[in-house]
Amino acid sequence: MNENENQKIMGKISSINGSVIKVIGFSHQSIGDMVNVSEELNIIGEIIKILDNIAVIQCYEETLGLKLNAIVTNLQYPLSMELGPGLLNSIYDGIQRPLDYIAEITGDFISRGMKVNALDREKKWKFIPSVKNGEVVREGDIIGYVQEYALRHEIMVPQGISGTITGISEGNFNIIEKICSIKNKNKIYNQKILSKWPIRIPRPYHKRMMPDQPLITGTRVFDLLFPVARGGVVAVPGGFGTGKTDLQHSLAKLADAAVIVYIGCGERGNEMADLLNSFPKLVDPKNNHPLMERTIMIANTSNMPVSAREASIFSGITMAEYFRDMGKNVLLLADSTSRWAEALRELSGRLEEMPTEGGYPAYLATRLANFYERAGLIEIIGNPKRIGSITIIGAVSPGGGDFSEPVTTNTKRFVKAFWALDPNLAYARHYPSVNWSNSYSLYDNLAEFWEENIHKGWEEYRKAINYILSREGELSSIAKLIGPENLPPEQQLIIYTADLIKEGFLIQNGFNDNDRYSSPKKTMKLIGLFLKFYNESLSLIKKNIPFFRFKELEVINSIRRARLDVNNDNLDELELLDLMLSRDLLQIHRQYAELL
Amino acid sequence: MSIIYKNLTTVKDPLLYLKPIKHHNIKNGSMVRIKTEDGIRTGQVLSVSREIVVIQVIEGTFGIGVGTAETEISFLDETFEIGVSREMIGRRFNGMGIPIDGGDPILPEEMRKIDGEPINPTRRAYPKDVIQTGISLFDGLNTLIRGQKLPIFTGQGLPHNKLIAQIVNNAKVRSNEPFVTIFCGIGILAESALYFQQKFEERGTTRLISFINLASDPTIERLIVPKIALTTAEFLAYKHDMHVLIVLSDMTSYAEALREVSNIKGEIPARKGFPGYMYSDLASIYERAGRIRGRKGSITQIPVVTMPNDDISHPIPDLTGYITEGQVVLSRDYHQRGIFPPIYPLASLSRLMKDAIGEGSTREDHSDVASQLYAAYNKFLQIKELESIIGSDSITLVDKKYLKFGSLFEEYFANQGETERSFEDTLNIAWNILSPLGAGELIRIKKEYIKKYFVKRR
Ligand SMILES: Nc1ncnc2c1ncn2[C@@H]1O[C@H](COP(=O)(O)OP(=O)(O)O)[C@@H](O)[C@H]1O
Ligand SMILES: [Mg+2]
Repeated sequence: MNENENQKIMGKISSINGSVIKVIGFSHQSIGDMVNVSEELNIIGEIIKILDNIAVIQCYEETLGLKLNAIVTNLQYPLSMELGPGLLNSIYDGIQRPLDYIAEITGDFISRGMKVNALDREKKWKFIPSVKNGEVVREGDIIGYVQEYALRHEIMVPQGISGTITGISEGNFNIIEKICSIKNKNKIYNQKILSKWPIRIPRPYHKRMMPDQPLITGTRVFDLLFPVARGGVVAVPGGFGTGKTDLQHSLAKLADAAVIVYIGCGERGNEMADLLNSFPKLVDPKNNHPLMERTIMIANTSNMPVSAREASIFSGITMAEYFRDMGKNVLLLADSTSRWAEALRELSGRLEEMPTEGGYPAYLATRLANFYERAGLIEIIGNPKRIGSITIIGAVSPGGGDFSEPVTTNTKRFVKAFWALDPNLAYARHYPSVNWSNSYSLYDNLAEFWEENIHKGWEEYRKAINYILSREGELSSIAKLIGPENLPPEQQLIIYTADLIKEGFLIQNGFNDNDRYSSPKKTMKLIGLFLKFYNESLSLIKKNIPFFRFKELEVINSIRRARLDVNNDNLDELELLDLMLSRDLLQIHRQYAELL
Repeated sequence: MSIIYKNLTTVKDPLLYLKPIKHHNIKNGSMVRIKTEDGIRTGQVLSVSREIVVIQVIEGTFGIGVGTAETEISFLDETFEIGVSREMIGRRFNGMGIPIDGGDPILPEEMRKIDGEPINPTRRAYPKDVIQTGISLFDGLNTLIRGQKLPIFTGQGLPHNKLIAQIVNNAKVRSNEPFVTIFCGIGILAESALYFQQKFEERGTTRLISFINLASDPTIERLIVPKIALTTAEFLAYKHDMHVLIVLSDMTSYAEALREVSNIKGEIPARKGFPGYMYSDLASIYERAGRIRGRKGSITQIPVVTMPNDDISHPIPDLTGYITEGQVVLSRDYHQRGIFPPIYPLASLSRLMKDAIGEGSTREDHSDVASQLYAAYNKFLQIKELESIIGSDSITLVDKKYLKFGSLFEEYFANQGETERSFEDTLNIAWNILSPLGAGELIRIKKEYIKKYFVKRR
């Protein structure tokens, strides 16, 4: 990657069509080369096609006011991310320009032609080596670290470099100063803290592993029914207002990960403002650092340039891979991948490519795969041996809420969990509006970890709830025909319990302090209550005790609202409800035992 | 410098095509002057290459011919700008920003490009000040916030004009800061324009600016008028610290104009013939609502979207809903049953109310009460459906309470007519209609609020 242009390669604009321009006259050109468009406007672009010596370029900024025949310079390096300390607690646009820094220069509105470094060149970081002079290192090896907030930011030997360490010592360095040399025969590589990586190329790894540990989300319906594993891939499709963004925000705040990469891809400016407002005030309970300090935000909102929107998810995943390679668990949230696909469609249209269904280009599926396949639980290259993960949870915004459209169907091929959001549940303010019959998770190998490390009974509870919810699905349509009172009591109990579970367990109010986050313990104890009610009532019903008696239990109302009333730190209250439930059921039993 | 072209090759209303001469560095998006036999027209460069320039003519291409010497085309160096001024307040303009109220021309304080630039997301101030519309279904369940974009989804023949007039006339904020309303008519009927004019005059039009593109005005103007209105709004909000409420009626006309031009350009359509970039295009309009840190003014948008065939999944309402911060949906069923305003609560949503309502703003119980009303009304609808199948005799006692609640909700809470209610009034009515359910059913409301506000049945 060659940052200084030793030889100027120039051409002239022969056509402008929206964000796509054509350039004649480059003596050298490769796909992926970055270009500077117009000496007056200094727009950034990337060569995406070469046709009969004409470069086809997508511009990362608005082309209004750009002139025919304006000069374009080929910079001859690919679109790359700057990687190093300073990434955390930052907010970038789709091509890694720091938005807060841009605001300092251009004010409240984003103007064109801003060339700024992604990472601060001045700031000094205290580098602490973990290898000694004379040691031999290879690519991927960790040679030391700098402390970035709560994160140990490892410094790694870049790809293709190996040799003997010289001149390494503890000290304060900025990211472009030499921290040591790596000598290989007569070649010397000067190692800096800063490294770069082209966004379209996945960072190499040693080995892929089967994800087998849960990523705890704090949202009951996921942790219990539709779990995601560390290194897993989830799609969250749903029409507008079904709660995709809210869900992504809540995961960014509460999910158990070392680094969060949040990509606001073609969505609302105010949603980014919301995150920027709330994150600095919220703390990560694990280390009491503000949440912002484990977060990288990418904001390429709907009104920002569409090519940069296309780049944004690859920018995000490249940064995620960098932290993965340190051996961290990274969670990448993308809201929304449909907007990314639409950016692809728009560019494809301007290139006059043959469209397929819905106007999307034929390579939609390939590009989706390029993105999702970069998730995973990974054994990293280099010493010391380490394992890192990237979990991707991507929102999908199907047009008209129709899941048969191309982005949803193609995405489904690459994900292993599918959290289908349902407008009817959202209308009823049942949030998260996860439809329990259309959603699925293929991460069903997490039981062992749950049983051993978190809480017993996970698998068993899952089965029980699934049974109740699916039976209720069948029975409620019959109930609608003949009236619920005319069903046999066992079946009435199923319908009744399912309603309790929906209201008292599946619904989770993001605005309630007690309910927002449900610890795995609270989740398990809470569902335990509902299942206990079901099982014990069922056995009593079988002894011919009439069903209406169970509906009249005083304690039921308290159990129904326990999710709101009981704090994660106060789970004794759930034990108390458990005791009260036992007592009340026993009382019914006694009353009838005398009669029967 | 000004080169005059007479070599049109193609005319496809409203587009003109010509081949630029060598070394003429035409600007993408620049303005074009078209001199015809019967006057000057204005155009804009849509795309440009060494082979062909595509020009969109705002007034349309009727009467422009190929091979006639009469049509002269010249390219100006600038992109579309308008002059803006505080003098515009109280005035009426056409879709190009030219006064149509018989008054003097405006002396601009400033020239501004109508396309605007995106607000840097880090500079946005998160909207949090409520606007009281006086309508319970808005204020109680879908609170409007300063700086929000909250559309009204409506259908042909529903009383959206009446509702808008009511909102514009009654909207209040809790401070005395300067407040201006901009009404932007996009392809509206002359009669509707007249209706709004009369309604607004009831309250006085000294704080109102109107931009009117009538249904009979040029189609391309529909693509320009919202940008002119928003540019004016930005000038007033961010330069002169005013709170601006802007009504865009009707964005369906805008989207249809967009489709028309796209189809003529021969672009590949996405859904229902609408271009693939419609989402981004609409976003470039809707995202101009908001607040900016350190500036006092704000821009609140109420776009009106007519749902073709009452279909909320049609691309225009669909893409709008994906961009705006909620939606207020009008119901034909309510309307037919005489409920006004006919706002259907379950399909409606205000995404920004969550952080804006509550203690110190509306009332502490607001969020819980709204959530309970939604849940209970939804349950009411299910029970009503069940009742219609199995008959009211088979309905349980609890279910009967919900039926009672539901009818009170529709009759008193929703159907308020043209009366005006404060937030307090709205919440008190809510507690009254929740009363038949009994406190035990109110599981979405904190116990302390139940103690404080629950109204025992008389
Ligand atoms: N867990 C939740 N608890 C309460 N309300 C929620 C929850 N999730 C979503 N909502 C409500 O739904 C609205 C829309 O959610 P959002 O995530 O913006 O939808 P989408 O991104 O799918 O369009 C939010 O503004 C909020 O009012
Ligand atoms: Mg969203």
